[in-house]
Amino acid sequence: MTEAPEPDKPAVPLLEARGLVKHYGSVLALDGASFSAYPGEVVALIGDNGAGKSTLVKTLSGVIRPDAGQILVGGNPVSFSSPLDARSYGIETVYQDLALAPDLDAAANLHLGREIYRWFRPLRVLNKTEMRRRAVAAFADLGIDLPDVTAPVATLSGGQRQSVAVARAVAYASKIIFMDEPTAALGVVQRERVLDNIRRVRDRGISVVLISHNMPEVLAVSDRVEVLRMGRRVARFTAADTTIEQLVGAMTGALTTEESA
Amino acid sequence: MTRLAPDAPARALGRSPHLVRRTLAAGETWVFAALVILMAVFTGLAPGKFLTLNDLSLNAQTTAPFLLMAVGETFVILTAGIDLSVGFVLVLSGVVAGEYYLSNGGANAGVGTIWVGAILGILSGAGFGALQGFAVAKLKIPPLIATLMGLGVAEGLSYLITGGSDLRTVPNTLVSSIGTGYFGGVQWVIIIAFLVTLLYGLILAFTRFGRYTYAIGSNPEAARRAGINVDWHLIKVYALSGLLSGVAGIVNLAYFGTTTISAHPLDNLVVITGVVIGGASLFGGRGSILGTFIGIFIPELLATGLNIVGVNQYWQDILTGLVLGAAVYLDQIRLRLRDRG
Repeated sequence: MTEAPEPDKPAVPLLEARGLVKHYGSVLALDGASFSAYPGEVVALIGDNGAGKSTLVKTLSGVIRPDAGQILVGGNPVSFSSPLDARSYGIETVYQDLALAPDLDAAANLHLGREIYRWFRPLRVLNKTEMRRRAVAAFADLGIDLPDVTAPVATLSGGQRQSVAVARAVAYASKIIFMDEPTAALGVVQRERVLDNIRRVRDRGISVVLISHNMPEVLAVSDRVEVLRMGRRVARFTAADTTIEQLVGAMTGALTTEESA
Repeated sequence: MTRLAPDAPARALGRSPHLVRRTLAAGETWVFAALVILMAVFTGLAPGKFLTLNDLSLNAQTTAPFLLMAVGETFVILTAGIDLSVGFVLVLSGVVAGEYYLSNGGANAGVGTIWVGAILGILSGAGFGALQGFAVAKLKIPPLIATLMGLGVAEGLSYLITGGSDLRTVPNTLVSSIGTGYFGGVQWVIIIAFLVTLLYGLILAFTRFGRYTYAIGSNPEAARRAGINVDWHLIKVYALSGLLSGVAGIVNLAYFGTTTISAHPLDNLVVITGVVIGGASLFGGRGSILGTFIGIFIPELLATGLNIVGVNQYWQDILTGLVLGAAVYLDQIRLRLRDRG
């Protein structure tokens, strides 16, 4: 919690959005939105419903293309035409619905689209043993207790499924993981587990962008908070010296600290 | 690129310690049990008549084309789709091959001609399937409608090509080899069906193609976000179903020595019933070729058994339909029991 807000930041942002604009028909979802994530931090992205959080995340993870504005990775302008592009820059997303295949086991989900093969490669014969071994290692690495990586994901609890999705993102993300409302569907105990996961990921040097509605949770786990309102960034806080009242004020428009969008 | 350590502790290779529980939980075990019970019941009802060696080989022979179609149907159903066109694509492929034989030597056509005709027939089945796959994947026409449409088109084309009556000029060599011939004491028909089933069973269980098939049926959006080309894979799966219907078409042509245009209106019922009894879920993502292999024999055994016991044959279609309903209902229950939260 020693991180300071941007003006004092020495480092170049790992990922930065500048003046992103996105129209959906006549609706302006992003109105010059900016955002930055620095190395090794958990930054929360908050805002009321319709503030543009989802659109911003989709833009930054390559799902949609902005109409205007710039995305920079490590200070260099990039353009993402698909989630695969974003992934090639080490950016992974844990979707709110987790995007797991429930009939496949944890090991298969972990490697979905990135299978490991054995024997003559053009035959594309799966190396299931190796994929299982790496899955076991990946879960152990994150301190996730998953008794059986060969059980279909549908048979796991909500928290365990969440862990599988997080482990998959961590396994491939080299820079940033977006987590879209990761605790929204979970009970109290499982919620704690997810927050632990987030801290563990950060401790491995990967930045986490947390999208959440839950203010106490945001303050508990984040280093910094960026607030969106009506498609623009309106405030940035250091979590350690911020109150829930300030966050709510920024979200609802009672407080604006950002002079320019 | 990946941080997954290749040198993970070997302690847990993910092998389940509960082999017995797993076997009991596997759908295939139950299907196999049902098959055995069915056999036992009929053997008890008609001792010495049912389950003679003759019966078994006849069963296997008449089931072979169904098995070929059921293998393709399994892939389609695993993607949460359905292919109603199987029996009609079978006919179309037979007609295409038959028409080629008719204009290239007829009954006396040589081995080269036979191969070309067979390949043409099979490819037209695959092409037809691919078009249906295109309708499903790209035009977003629900599989039920896309293949119902295909069913009509395939039947119409078959009648158009033949002018409305069955082609009966089939190369003698084809009939005496694939049709009625034996290899090492086993009918060619059975050997072909078995090898194709084995090949696609391995592909489904052990390759990327199989894994993607399960993934797409399980959660197409997840597959898409994982970078899988879902549309292209669906086209390939429907093409595979058409291809195997085509193989069944050639086998059928060789066995009967005629195109049997009007004899396959309920093939899709038998095939889908077999696949679903075999444990494949119509919701996609669950099922196996082993299950289908066992499941496809159940409607056939039921028919043979009822026949021997002396039940009116019209009951057979009724019972097949009812068994299909029961299998789907059981799958619903299984799904509800499995899914937590």
